[in-house]
Amino acid sequence: MARLIAQRLFNSAVSIALVSIVLFLIFEISPETVAADALGQYSTREQRDLWLAANGYFEPLHVRFLDWARRCLTGEFGNSRLYNAPVSTVLGPRLAASGILAACFFAILIPLSLSLGVFAGMKEGSKLDRGISLLSILTTSVPPFASAVLLAAIFVFGLGLLPGTSSMIDGFRWKELVMPVAVLLLYDFGYLTRITRASMADVMQTAYIRTAALKGLPDWWIILRHALRNALIPPFTVIMLQINWLIGGVVVVEFFFAYKGFGSLILEASLTHDLFLLQACTAVSVLIAVGTQTIADIGYGLLNPRIRVAR
Amino acid sequence: MTQPLLELDRLSISYRTRRGAVPAVVDVSLSLNPGESLGLVGESGCGKSTIAFGIMRWLAGRGQIVGGRVLFEGRDMATMSPAELRHVRGKRIAMVFQEAMSALNPCLTIGAQLTEVLRFHEDVVGPEAERRAKTMLSEVRIPDPDRVYRAFPHEISGGQQQRVVIAMALLANPALLLLDEPTTGLDVTVEASVVKLIAEVSRRFGTSLLYISHNLALISRVCERIAVMYAGEIVEEGPTRRILTAPIHPYTRGLIACLPESGADKVARPLAPIPGQIPAPWERPAGCFFMPRCAYAVPGRCDVAHPPLIDDGTGAQVRCVRADEIGPERVAGVAGQPPAAAEGISVAVDNLSKDYKITPPGLRGLLPFAEPLRIRANDHLTFNAEAGRTLAIVGESGCGKSTFARILTGLERATGGKVEVAGADLGQLSVIDRSRDQLRALQMVFQNPDETLNPSYKVGRQIARVAKRLLSLGRKERAQRVQDLFAEIRLPPGIADRKPRHLSGGQKQRIAIARAFVGRPDIVVADEPVSALDVSVRAAVTQLLMEIQRAHGTTLILISHDLALVRYVADTVVVMYLGQVMEAGSTNQVFSGPHHPYTELLLKAQPKLDNDQGLDAPVEGETPSPLDPPKGCPFHTRCPRKVGTICEAARPPEQVTPAGHRMACHIPMADLARVQEKELT
Repeated sequence: MARLIAQRLFNSAVSIALVSIVLFLIFEISPETVAADALGQYSTREQRDLWLAANGYFEPLHVRFLDWARRCLTGEFGNSRLYNAPVSTVLGPRLAASGILAACFFAILIPLSLSLGVFAGMKEGSKLDRGISLLSILTTSVPPFASAVLLAAIFVFGLGLLPGTSSMIDGFRWKELVMPVAVLLLYDFGYLTRITRASMADVMQTAYIRTAALKGLPDWWIILRHALRNALIPPFTVIMLQINWLIGGVVVVEFFFAYKGFGSLILEASLTHDLFLLQACTAVSVLIAVGTQTIADIGYGLLNPRIRVAR
Repeated sequence: MTQPLLELDRLSISYRTRRGAVPAVVDVSLSLNPGESLGLVGESGCGKSTIAFGIMRWLAGRGQIVGGRVLFEGRDMATMSPAELRHVRGKRIAMVFQEAMSALNPCLTIGAQLTEVLRFHEDVVGPEAERRAKTMLSEVRIPDPDRVYRAFPHEISGGQQQRVVIAMALLANPALLLLDEPTTGLDVTVEASVVKLIAEVSRRFGTSLLYISHNLALISRVCERIAVMYAGEIVEEGPTRRILTAPIHPYTRGLIACLPESGADKVARPLAPIPGQIPAPWERPAGCFFMPRCAYAVPGRCDVAHPPLIDDGTGAQVRCVRADEIGPERVAGVAGQPPAAAEGISVAVDNLSKDYKITPPGLRGLLPFAEPLRIRANDHLTFNAEAGRTLAIVGESGCGKSTFARILTGLERATGGKVEVAGADLGQLSVIDRSRDQLRALQMVFQNPDETLNPSYKVGRQIARVAKRLLSLGRKERAQRVQDLFAEIRLPPGIADRKPRHLSGGQKQRIAIARAFVGRPDIVVADEPVSALDVSVRAAVTQLLMEIQRAHGTTLILISHDLALVRYVADTVVVMYLGQVMEAGSTNQVFSGPHHPYTELLLKAQPKLDNDQGLDAPVEGETPSPLDPPKGCPFHTRCPRKVGTICEAARPPEQVTPAGHRMACHIPMADLARVQEKELT
């Protein structure tokens, strides 16, 4: 197990190093654009050259890369033009906001989907299974922008129970979090439920479940002790991939409810060519992706003892 | 009069399918007294496993008991509540399945899977449960119970897994043990020791056995009575000795005639396959179900009414209207042929070695300069395959026989030495570097036809494709070639338009053989070609392989652990152990002795019908890990004839007789011949 963890950590370090080189080079392709973006489109050629020299753009590539990497590690990503503030001060609150959204979402999604999936998969073809499967397909097939409109129509404009925006202008309020989380849940829980159900149904068909039943063990013991752990391996992967998607990919929901999260920040940065902000956002996304993947790999080892003996 | 422990009273089980209810078990009545052991034999599809699951009331999905009763200790199991049923399962009736690896939960330790039986059946938990589980592990002869208790299923060998499953079944001291092909997939030596263990523990604990297998020879080692099943019903039932020595039903006779006898060879006593195959439930004839395949059938008598099971007065029952008429003579087999004359050397293996490098386990393996561990899968192999004849390579799993096949076919490259075929060293030539003619010249038949044939294409097309690739035949010629091959493998040409899933196991293996012979290869490597097939089909496919080889003058390299098959098919034999050649010679030399002690062990482990030495064969021990092979003679750790420290210290010299019989052993061949002779008499 120690070896697996060491191996995975080493692999992640390598991937981060490689991706950071690529990221650095992308923004190196045309320093002129960088200068133009920084100084504004009416700056002169000399001004841009001066700016480039001042910011070390004429140094050798490897020196500049190391310098850039050092600044990234210490959190100095430069200044955001859009917000006219250091990137790190812009990024921090946005990440925290997305983190809260994600945490609330997963806190409901994981217990809900896993238990629904397990119940459905326990007895394939039962009424419960059919019901849960139908519900999952129905909800997953409604895209988030549609369900956002629908839910807003009911709960915000119809019943007036919830606020229609989640911009948290008057400080953090739980009530404003309800709508975005609900829309995400409605869209996503069916997917995880289906994966869990399929995996559980497969496990229930295996010879070792049959062995356990013919050993005279009670059903609850067979489910909890023999089936669950094996059945959770595929949903675990999906959950880990969902974290990436949730941090950067929920632009629609964040935008709809004016939620100041990381997804909408990336969108703003790319629309306004805020290069340093964009670079920092990309770096953070990569870190999250590599991080969840590493956790997924190590988690596999914990769930499945056969993987612990890594080659 | 004692009450029977288990009684099946006209039990019928059907499966619901799209064709309607398919009867899998028809009117089966059996009874088993406490402490008694009963064997259930028959080809696959005859309903024997369904009976076991019917007894356990675990007919997953579509199975249903449609008639009759299962009485356990006098109680009808259909009337039991789920809680009572749970109490019977595991506690009173335990089951041992085929393929122990899949019967054990991969995510739980062996200890956890053992102690949970005690937790729910005896209310025993904690250290007491652990102690009892470990005691049971040593009862089933697991050498290191403490380690195995903590291990996960994948960390122990296949033989040990099966022992663990048996230990699990015995923990709650059940009255009845159901065994469903418990040794399928195990090496002969391991199989022999597991069967021996089953017989021992059932005697010691007074457990009744219901032993299900397709192998009569195995069953005869354990069971007092045998019931032979065919197409869902019992066709003959009686004491083991009587069934084996004086079988009456033609099907029982057929099953016995399929088994190679020890000491017989292909010329003296040919195998007699049962023609045809078991009819599907919806194709069963009106009269006797076996009639279409029966050599003794008489039209007008056998096809009129379904024969009843009749007591024959000697404590046995037979379902055959002609039981009193058919005499004791056996069905004549297809005559064997004397070995083909050698026409020079086709494959010359010279000092061939293959090392696999693996990184050492643990954190150490991550260091960039960590010394890789070496596994020597083939260690200086030297032998020849003569053109147009059959060379067999035998040995337990892990002996390197499949590695050799992989090198020969170009899937692996040799680390040292040569394999010369037609002037080229194929040992260094991987399959993508071989010319088309080299590919054509060397083909393979694999163990499992399901993995050879693509399930989504019609079989005729798959064969035609090979003809196109290897022979560049045009469309018309290809069709002709496919037709010729179908005639040769004796399948109706209509089968060419079917997909593999519509064919029986035997038919699929015939197709796989046809596929190998499409390009008229010079050499065919057959890796366990019949071991996945039923006994009755095995004989027929073996004969087909021999005939087609003879007709084409092909060199056949047969890889097998089945010595009876090897003796029947091969002209020369190479015996391998841990990557080394232990013994080599003509089939006659290897089988009539003097034997290398390892060959002797393999021969003793073979299940035989006429096995008088019974279960006393010294077959304990398992192949050591190839990562840490024994010094000196690789076999010394298990050798019953070890002479002393020289076996541990020095690699044995190779002794060669003038007739070409080779053996790597410290004991002079003459001495081996003397002691082995003495034990026989």
